[in-house]
Amino acid sequence: MSETVTVPLHEVAHARAGDKGNRSNISLMPYDPAMFPLLAEQVTEARVLALFRHRGATRCTRYDLPKLAAFNFVIDDVLEGGVNGSLNLDGHGKTQSFRLLSLTVTVPKAAVRGG
Amino acid sequence: MTFLVGNGGGFSGDRVDAPIPVMRSLVRRGLPAAMFFETLGERTVALAQLERRRDPELGYEPMLERLLAPILEDGFRHRIPILGNFGAANPPAAGRLVARLAMRLGLPDLRIAVVTGDDVAGSVALDQLPVHEADDSLDMKSARLVAANAYIGAEPLVEALRQGADVVVAGRTSDPALAIAPLAHHFGWRFDDWAKLAVGAACGHLLECGSQITGGVFWDPGFKDIPDPANIGFPIAEVTAEGGLLITKPEDTGGIVDLRTVKEQLLYELHDPSRYITPDVVLDISECSLEQVGKDRVAVHGLRGHPRPDTLKVTASFEGSWLGEGEVSVAGPNALARAKATAEVLLQRMQLRGLPVRARVDLIGVASVLDSDDGALWRSYEGPEPPELRIRLAAEGADRDAVDQAAREVLALLCCGTAGTGGARWRLTPRILTRSYLVLRERVATSVVTRTAGEMVV
Repeated sequence: MSETVTVPLHEVAHARAGDKGNRSNISLMPYDPAMFPLLAEQVTEARVLALFRHRGATRCTRYDLPKLAAFNFVIDDVLEGGVNGSLNLDGHGKTQSFRLLSLTVTVPKAAVRGG
Repeated sequence: MTFLVGNGGGFSGDRVDAPIPVMRSLVRRGLPAAMFFETLGERTVALAQLERRRDPELGYEPMLERLLAPILEDGFRHRIPILGNFGAANPPAAGRLVARLAMRLGLPDLRIAVVTGDDVAGSVALDQLPVHEADDSLDMKSARLVAANAYIGAEPLVEALRQGADVVVAGRTSDPALAIAPLAHHFGWRFDDWAKLAVGAACGHLLECGSQITGGVFWDPGFKDIPDPANIGFPIAEVTAEGGLLITKPEDTGGIVDLRTVKEQLLYELHDPSRYITPDVVLDISECSLEQVGKDRVAVHGLRGHPRPDTLKVTASFEGSWLGEGEVSVAGPNALARAKATAEVLLQRMQLRGLPVRARVDLIGVASVLDSDDGALWRSYEGPEPPELRIRLAAEGADRDAVDQAAREVLALLCCGTAGTGGARWRLTPRILTRSYLVLRERVATSVVTRTAGEMVV
């Protein structure tokens, strides 16, 4: 195995968040589709749920789209009531994609830019 | 034969000069085409309804004239119909505005279709319907209805195009319907041809948020750079009779169309990828794949469609509570300690005064949008001292005066706060709560009336 490095997901993937009521969905795509299995192994429903537990998230479901090399995380009760009820500046939770991108993963050093 | 679908706006508040390069590109390419605007968010229709109560000639998209004025003549002369849900809570009044605009531009023969029937507040007994989704804090015993609108599908919009409309003014429609309609009209797609309708739905879904597929909410300097983000070109889809779908954008604009932008938008606000429910078809993207076929050109393959549901979604909006917000800044040495102390004092003031509100404090610059109501992140912050911080209080409650008083506690910090407190702002806003229901589609009767601008302005 080549040398590995632990980095925030932001180094190797991109993401976008959307909302419906008190539920958020965050898509996650590795820049290199070859990284899909590695992320599938490391970015688990349990880890993502834990990342949003402080906001009251109750459930996380991951849909895998291998043909797109993409994941769709659907997180229940994470928006503190959603845009109509939340006291958060960002009631839609659009900024939450970058919380997901702060999660760390261990990847081959060559997979990271400048690596 | 290829048909082009352009998008000129993805929400109420979008860039008002965005439609111009899209229309220019559609005209230059000379293919049959249509353009659509999606300007009606979930709550926008309720805010528009409140506007209409104040003035019966208002309650539609406030930027409508600004959006259409530069493109209306080209659309008319080149037979490129313009569709939009920009009628919001008052499609007839929006239609009259378009008619007056057309007359001013010397286009009395421009045909305007007004689509109504989505407003079901007076025609459907909501309490008899199954609830689909609801805000937790909604108390139905005291809730006062503001608006109830069904998400209607593409069929009435197709009828408007059959009547020769150059501009189709609708209220609440499903977002994808605005793209499905011109495609179904042009190609003669049947409303049980699920494979074709799935292509139309995907086209609408990908385009409905405007620049979100051409670089908007995508660019991340140093990681995902895009050309000229001040001038992002809004999207254009190329669709073939066989159901081919390709996403591109106008020449001479900024932004980018690549596998990354299309993936992000394909999954935007989607839950189960095999079941994206629209009134016209259930779209399934679980086997979808993308192919970059040229610069700013991405082909979408593998779309599947399943039969449409028997029901339409109705979203009802109710008057909610009040939201008060206030902010002040601190900066320089010891800013973090002063900000934390200010936050605690604000919460203490809510208690001391016995204000009946639910309150939260943010430390903008340390933790706010990612934080929770109890401030878990800023309370546990152990990072470096930020050069500046902004302290924000948000308070919610049913009693307007109490919420106002809570927000004004932030203002009082200008004298009572820590050393070097400044830049106070505060505001009070009414909230809207929503509840959605499912209604049998036969219960929602739509109507389409098409007249020329000259007939409408007498």
